[in-house]
Amino acid sequence: MTVHAPITFRAQDAAQVTTEASFKSLTLAVENMHCGGCMRSVERAALGVAGVASARANLSAQRVSVAYDPARTGEPALIEALARAGFPAAPMQSVKPGAEQARQKYLLRRTAVAGFAAMNIMLISVAVWSGAASDMDLALATAFRWLSALIALPTVAYSGQPFFDSALGALKARRLNMDVPISLAILLATAMSLYQTIRGSEQVYFDAAVSLLFLLLVGRFLDETLRVRASSEAQNLLSLQSGMATVIEANGSHRLVPAHALRLGDRLLVAAGERVAADGVVLKGRGQVDQSLITGETMPLTVAAGQEVYAGTLNLTQPLNIEVRAADSATLLAEISRLMLAAEQGKARYRRLADRAAQVYAPAVHGLGLATFLGWLAIGASWQTALTYAIAVLIITCPCALALAVPAVQIAAASRLFRRRIIVKAADGLERTAETDMVVFDKTGTLTLGRPELLGQDAISGDVLIGAGRLAAASKHPYAKAIVAAAEKRTRAVAPASDVEEVPGLGLKRQLAQGEERLGSAEWCGVHSDGDDSEVWYRRDWMTPVRFRFTDSVRTDAAEIAATLKRQGFELALLSGDRQGVVDKVADEVGITTRLAGLRPADKIAWLGARASEGRKVLMVGDGLNDAPALAAAHASMSPASAADISQRAADFVFQGEKLAPVVEAIATARRARAMALQNFAVAAIYNVVCVPLAMAGFVTPLIAAIVMSTSSILVTANATRLADRGSR
Amino acid sequence: MTALAWLVPVALFLGGLGLAAFMWALRSGQFEDLEGAAYRALEDDPPEQ
Repeated sequence: MTVHAPITFRAQDAAQVTTEASFKSLTLAVENMHCGGCMRSVERAALGVAGVASARANLSAQRVSVAYDPARTGEPALIEALARAGFPAAPMQSVKPGAEQARQKYLLRRTAVAGFAAMNIMLISVAVWSGAASDMDLALATAFRWLSALIALPTVAYSGQPFFDSALGALKARRLNMDVPISLAILLATAMSLYQTIRGSEQVYFDAAVSLLFLLLVGRFLDETLRVRASSEAQNLLSLQSGMATVIEANGSHRLVPAHALRLGDRLLVAAGERVAADGVVLKGRGQVDQSLITGETMPLTVAAGQEVYAGTLNLTQPLNIEVRAADSATLLAEISRLMLAAEQGKARYRRLADRAAQVYAPAVHGLGLATFLGWLAIGASWQTALTYAIAVLIITCPCALALAVPAVQIAAASRLFRRRIIVKAADGLERTAETDMVVFDKTGTLTLGRPELLGQDAISGDVLIGAGRLAAASKHPYAKAIVAAAEKRTRAVAPASDVEEVPGLGLKRQLAQGEERLGSAEWCGVHSDGDDSEVWYRRDWMTPVRFRFTDSVRTDAAEIAATLKRQGFELALLSGDRQGVVDKVADEVGITTRLAGLRPADKIAWLGARASEGRKVLMVGDGLNDAPALAAAHASMSPASAADISQRAADFVFQGEKLAPVVEAIATARRARAMALQNFAVAAIYNVVCVPLAMAGFVTPLIAAIVMSTSSILVTANATRLADRGSR
Repeated sequence: MTALAWLVPVALFLGGLGLAAFMWALRSGQFEDLEGAAYRALEDDPPEQ
């Protein structure tokens, strides 16, 4: 039996473990997996690769885990097989996989134990409390109390850990957080109950302490679930965005490598129609690249040997050989990253609603508890009585509405958005979006679809359009694609012409019996034109040349969405790196008055900074690499799924589809979520106003406090579920 | 009343059994894919291996 030595693998940081001596396992993020059938297709496609031992798709996480024999197959073969089946996939790029998942499980285990203990102690307590009114004998009641203690003590020690750890951390830093009164209430109630149990007294409140713990843990768990979900979706996006690159080895052979595993000096082959995987310098080839994701400029740029190309640009015409120069700190990407980092530091100061509430709440709770204890001592009550009343106050004021209802509302909101194909990437993004009062758009790829459309199609004769379309079908240039799309509206299918020659940066030509046929720039077709380079000419030797002009088509619902936002009181603005004329045209069409053209990334940040200092809270919607720093700097941000990966990384939300409606949907959901969180705070406040004086006056035992507190928790959670979808799937 | 002497431990034992079952399910990854599991039940083909 041969045991294969584990070979070194390119993607060292991909989540993988060696399962058996000869097998490796690998997790891939998979796109387009929506149902059971897709899941099965993904597994079949992976199993179809020779050397794959098992494949298991995970529909919730949108991933597939594969165990394979590294001697017989590898990552590229798997990715290729999945892509062929219609499921683009990418290796997971997470640096430390599962740190958050581990935290989630840690909380879930403690919640389960607390739930088990709370139910059993409640079972015993009900017997004891009702027995006190009837004929339960004293020995049995005492035995039951000891039983409660036996269950409660280990539970508090185990399930209370998350609160105790956090409270200790805060105290060490000489601060108060919400976990300090929570820990105090739980520990005091438990210690006091143990003391009373030993004395044989009736004032035993293990039930209150443990059910409080359970409810608070449920809230913590929900909060963590949202965070895990947001970060897991963000990881999938990042992995899928980076894609694969073809490396040319020294011996001339080609090898597929994940883009994140590229090294400085690697030589890449970028085929026509592919995205450039890394910043680099062109070694060989001359062609046009679409830089719209980087600069916001719609016009393709002609590049030749010696010129720089940037990661994320689309190679349109000819294959290019590129040498990777990504590590050079002078590259555009490095510049953008620096700006982003600086912008994000500003955002880190944002404090979540619940945290801000806690800052006011925690000292108040301590004050009230202490006042109750001292007050009762002062008027001559025994210390046990005074302490029992103080514990009741602490339990009553326990911030279940803060700890449970806010996460519950946010989970419901995130699920609702997810069904509408909007991914929530930052856990506090919802809160920040709800506060915005201004929406700023980028132009190319955000307000527009980022692809040209032929202008005045109806005025062009069918013969010309179809003739040009047949020629254009040979090219991947966006203008050529636009001509083909227009031609296809006239006739069902446009058959590509044969023997077409493409000269990058100029155009296409072919020889016919009647003469030559050309499609391309004015120069290429031998016409003198004073128009800019956003026009294409079509010339047949036997006819006068025809001019084609293009426009970047605006998303179908952009004007409607802009009007809706204005009606809702948002101020709108358009910031673009493109030329003034183009920007004005789009802004007029959509109906945005504030428009700025020719901006560099730093200009956008400066503009946003000026708005922020005026007290405006801006929601930035952008897609390009040039928008990434602005997305990070804005109060909240959104990106379409077609955006550059660095922009998706910076954005709080990523939306799919060709419409702009998700912007309105996200704002509406965020606002409803905030309204519900505030309603829940109001419920909690009313309950505190009623119950705290009663507790301070000594009318509320810790048991009643626990019951009332649970009721208010259930009320606020039920309120949160109203946000989830009704009826629809 | 003597019934309680064994009924209470039995109740606790059954509850504990449920807790243990949950912990086992959590550890063995039963909650990893809540949506996919619903579809797998409808799968006609025999599971591989």
